[in-house]
Amino acid sequence: MTRQTFSRRGVLKSGAATGAGLALPTIFTASSAAAFTNAPTGSSVTLGFNVPQTGAYADEGADELRAFELAVEHLNGGGDGGMLQTFSSQALDGTGILGKKVEFVTGDTQTKSDAARASAQSMIQKDGAIMISGGSSSGVAVAVQGLCQEAGVIFMAGLTHSNDTTGKDRKANGFRHFFNAYMSAAALAPVLQNLYGTDRRAYHLTADYTWGWTQEESIAAATEAMGWQTAEKVRTPLGAGDFSSYIAPVLNSGADVLVLNHYGGDMVNSLTQAVQFGLRERQANGKDFQIVVPLYSELMARGAGQAIKGIPGSQNWDWKLEDAGTKAFVKSFGEKYGFPPSQAAHTCYVQTLLYADAVTRAGDFNPCAVVEALEGYEFDGLGNGPTLYRAEDHQCFKDVVVVKGAENPQDEFHLVEIVEVTPTEQVTYAHDHPMFAGGSLGECNPGA
Amino acid sequence: MDAILIQILNGLDKGSAYALIALGLTLIFGTLGVVNFAHGALFMIGAFCAVTLQKLLTLSVTTIDPERTDFLGNPLKVQTPYVENWFGPEVGGTIVDWAVPLAILLAIPVMLLVGFVMERGLIKHFYKRPHADQILVTFGLAIVLQEIVKYFYGANPIPTPAPDAFRGSLDIGVWLGFDPYAIIYPYWRLVYFFFAGVIIAAVFAFLQFTTFGMVVRAGMADRETVGLLGIDIDRRFTLMFGLAAVVAGLAGVMYTPILSPNYHMGMDFLVLSFVVVVVGGMGSLPGAVLAGFLLGILQSFASMNEVKSLLPGIDQIIIYLVAIVILLTRPRGLMGRRGVMEE
Repeated sequence: MTRQTFSRRGVLKSGAATGAGLALPTIFTASSAAAFTNAPTGSSVTLGFNVPQTGAYADEGADELRAFELAVEHLNGGGDGGMLQTFSSQALDGTGILGKKVEFVTGDTQTKSDAARASAQSMIQKDGAIMISGGSSSGVAVAVQGLCQEAGVIFMAGLTHSNDTTGKDRKANGFRHFFNAYMSAAALAPVLQNLYGTDRRAYHLTADYTWGWTQEESIAAATEAMGWQTAEKVRTPLGAGDFSSYIAPVLNSGADVLVLNHYGGDMVNSLTQAVQFGLRERQANGKDFQIVVPLYSELMARGAGQAIKGIPGSQNWDWKLEDAGTKAFVKSFGEKYGFPPSQAAHTCYVQTLLYADAVTRAGDFNPCAVVEALEGYEFDGLGNGPTLYRAEDHQCFKDVVVVKGAENPQDEFHLVEIVEVTPTEQVTYAHDHPMFAGGSLGECNPGA
Repeated sequence: MDAILIQILNGLDKGSAYALIALGLTLIFGTLGVVNFAHGALFMIGAFCAVTLQKLLTLSVTTIDPERTDFLGNPLKVQTPYVENWFGPEVGGTIVDWAVPLAILLAIPVMLLVGFVMERGLIKHFYKRPHADQILVTFGLAIVLQEIVKYFYGANPIPTPAPDAFRGSLDIGVWLGFDPYAIIYPYWRLVYFFFAGVIIAAVFAFLQFTTFGMVVRAGMADRETVGLLGIDIDRRFTLMFGLAAVVAGLAGVMYTPILSPNYHMGMDFLVLSFVVVVVGGMGSLPGAVLAGFLLGILQSFASMNEVKSLLPGIDQIIIYLVAIVILLTRPRGLMGRRGVMEE
């Protein structure tokens, strides 16, 4: 039998621990003394960068982190200032955000929704992050956006291309600078018509998750509108590796175009294998067989090697654009890291500046003030020409870059060449367009 | 008919990879009694031997071309591979082009060494431990190995093309009386299928027709008795671990033009290869090979649109469904031996 003893010090310790424990569940509303979650009280403000540091998109995540680091450096007055010099707003002066030094924490999404939510939650709860950004997958972006809405912090999405992010899953606290599947299709369709005519039969291989579904729906609708037929739509598991058993049926399907709604490693493998199966050398319906990859990236082009030559696709941005903002960013990034930035890096850098600018213009870190400052905001000088953050769905509207794989690249940084820059008007759609229906922003949540 | 033939061909090359990995797994299990979850990582390391050789062969001397500029507007640094400087552009270019087949020469000693270090340094300490411990430690080792590879090579797939002579595809359909382009099959996949056949035949011949192989087979059947005869069976089993590592490594080297290597590729093949081993019968080498090809072909058939329209999602579960059916009807697998993994 044991005899319990109580001391005054023990009771005080236990009481303090119990009090802290009871207070813990109210973490999202712990700043009730302040008006919103994680209101900065000291001389610094913390941003949370949630990117894939492991998993199939780790290289893109690494490039995103480089861009975030560069953006923070520029916000705090370091380096050459990058796009701060070309940004139309000029509200940012290199003294941090509202005079507070910008600090950041990072999390690993692992390209998995549950891991991404857990790391974002940790950054909000433990590190006091007031804004979350990053991501290389729409599944992750949708999940983290939902979490940020519940927690009362702003989510500035990184690379996410599904229509759903600013469609059925849009949230008041979430903002997307990156373009989407509809915009890719709208920009790409006229180019495809010029290249391959109006009498084509397309066979879709599609990654079986939110991004793939909306990409397939968008590109099929756009190509059917110009007269193409859709021979087949086949869903492939994410990370299938060997796509040969999905590619072989294309040979006898009557199709003369293969649309690869794949991204990252899946795109590298499916494209490489489609070329190995001789699709690009064969004829179908009396025409040369063609392959289309609606969403491109320089990093993917590097993975696909020679298979990418001549393949058309679309990008949110490309480092070879000639505007002043792009040149300033490429110079800053290139001198710091020794190679040009990817489009994933660009969108993350821009989102960080846009958040800082919105806070500065609002004069307040309150998420609802930031939302108000960003809604309907028009800006320029960040690499995409004049851009609008539309109030109704928090989607940026700007030019889209149509590209194709270079036939004779001069080096590993010139694997993609720009075909045309599609103007904003051509890729703009109504906020209640059927492909984006079923969602609503809801109310801004400050978390208090 | 042509669609069925295409899927059989597809299944053959996928089945070749499964069979080669499962063969190594079975060798290790049959000799050492170890369930080696790091075997997929050996396949991946083999693939990265090809990547490494490709990188070594393209190591370049840098010269400045003042006429051209880089992306920052500075004078362009032109990279010329050393092998092209040493042997001339034509011979040097051919050597670089043949990096994947040449990587076999690199992979054999590397994989032997990796297998030896892995077995002597870690796995031998787990011989007498439960299978669960072996699975945990080898699975952990696999994760460590793939993270090391990711640290040095990144996470994205790295293109490692086949030599120019094997690019393109063969119109098999014309030979069989079908229309042109009805049955197309890439040259390299045919090479892989024949390569797998040669490796499998060599392993069987080695076990069947050499004294060393005879002792190993005897050890697999009755380890204690062979030991009582004064034969150092442990040393031979260590060499068999090395041999299994070489088989997995060579399978990985030659697979790189089919699937651009990434650090995770071993894990993708590992689970399926274990199912192959179980379906073939634990400890049965012919069973592993048979089940490898069988499941590869079945997986290909399950990916046909006609099959998927009848049974959506069947392509994802077919291998596991077959495993369940086989284990229910033949608990020891297709060619399993009595007493293996049985109390």
